[in-house]
Amino acid sequence: MRIDCPYCGARDLREYTYGGAAAYLQRPEAEAEAAADDAAWDAYLHLRDNPAGRTRDLWFHEPCATWLEVERDTVSHEIFATRALAGVRT
Amino acid sequence: MRYSGLRVFTQGLLGNTGWKPAWRKPAPKAEYDVVIIGGGGHGLATAYYLAKKHGITNVAVLERGYLGGGNIGRNTTIVRANYFLPGNSEFYSHSLKLWEGLEADLNYNTMHSQRGLINLFHSDGQRDAFARRGNAMLAQGDDAVLLSREEVREKLPYLDYEQARFPIYGGLYHPRGGTARHDAVAWGYARGADQRGVDLIENCAVTGIDIAGGKVTGVQTTRGAIRAKKVAMVVAGRSSQVAEMAGMRLPIESHVLQAFVTEGLKPVINHVVSFGMGHFYISQSDKGGLVFGGDLDFYASYAARGNLPRVEQVMEAGMTLMPMIGRAKILRSWGGIMDMSPDGSPIIDRTDIDGLFVNCGWNYGGFKAVPASGDSLAHLLATGRPLEVAKGFRLDRFRTGRGLMDEEGTGSQHNLH
Repeated sequence: MRIDCPYCGARDLREYTYGGAAAYLQRPEAEAEAAADDAAWDAYLHLRDNPAGRTRDLWFHEPCATWLEVERDTVSHEIFATRALAGVRT
Repeated sequence: MRYSGLRVFTQGLLGNTGWKPAWRKPAPKAEYDVVIIGGGGHGLATAYYLAKKHGITNVAVLERGYLGGGNIGRNTTIVRANYFLPGNSEFYSHSLKLWEGLEADLNYNTMHSQRGLINLFHSDGQRDAFARRGNAMLAQGDDAVLLSREEVREKLPYLDYEQARFPIYGGLYHPRGGTARHDAVAWGYARGADQRGVDLIENCAVTGIDIAGGKVTGVQTTRGAIRAKKVAMVVAGRSSQVAEMAGMRLPIESHVLQAFVTEGLKPVINHVVSFGMGHFYISQSDKGGLVFGGDLDFYASYAARGNLPRVEQVMEAGMTLMPMIGRAKILRSWGGIMDMSPDGSPIIDRTDIDGLFVNCGWNYGGFKAVPASGDSLAHLLATGRPLEVAKGFRLDRFRTGRGLMDEEGTGSQHNLH
């Protein structure tokens, strides 16, 4: 599997560390935190769509120290799109 | 038909013409008391114990493909009870006891071989951790022996004792650990369930779960609608897809775990050996092949095959530990799809939907759990209460934070196990 880094081009899987589902980008808002809304936190931390097919997840490209959001297929391992997360609120 | 050595002998003389199919191929009925989705080891064991222990025989097991064609046929066949944490420890202890009586119980040769399992350690800190784990195993009533380096060398003379990177300090020996023939476990439970009246329905994919007023009423399948008073989802590897039919999201991510087998060799590895520092473990099948594997590929995948970096790492770890295997040729490799839960422990529980139950999250430890998992889910389905040894496997433990079972001590979030 090779993943396109926006800065470095297509690079081997060995250069990447997996960061989990893109759901980690939707951190519960401060109000949820204040209200101790455990359902929102449970959804954020634990519950997953976990699709067999197209998914979005997070990968860290170690050589250029960049977090990426990758759209890919969990069955065929095809990569559809990648984008750098710098500047995106997490 | 009861199996015996005498029958094998007489059938041999008769040209093996008298064997009958081990289970029926029934058409689905319109309604069952219990429908079990998933004809793998856990689903078949659940059906067997429902019929045998609880007398509930109006049961169907629905399997999308053929019986035992999923993860029960894609594992490395290791059976052990060397868990540390309360919640896991008594469950796997119960499972090993069921394994020990399983062949007589099922009248089926599962080729269960208690050849002993040795977890190697490579530092003082690891020795302390394994000593503590061994004490927990003894306190649970199971067996554990802390072996010195020389005692390991007597049992496993073929390891590389000279390598400096991960020196072998000793091992934790679990004599009752071992292996079993994975397919035979599915077949034995299938035959036992069928004999007691359970309908095993193959080539029957569930396409929907019917819910009315917060209560499950049945399932839609490729072979028609089936009404059911209770439905159990026992589909580790595809848990999220089936749960989605009931509008549920599970605390599960699916990952691929690779395994490998070599050409058949004469007996050379007499135990199950694990090399903790290199994430490598190995045993030899009764056919002679070396069966081994390593760590997850560590990204969400349903591909049932892995990527080459993990292949390379597993081979390197094996060569570091036991250079003699370098001459064996790899016959094939495969990947199993693991239900990974945030704390690395499984789930056997009711859901928020009345009559709908879930058995999932087996991580990479589902094979040895098959007997106790079936026993526990059958008990929950029949009585409405969890079996004592499985009462920690709650679905809500991640939301509440109570009763997390993080066996590896790495944290209770995804991608840490």
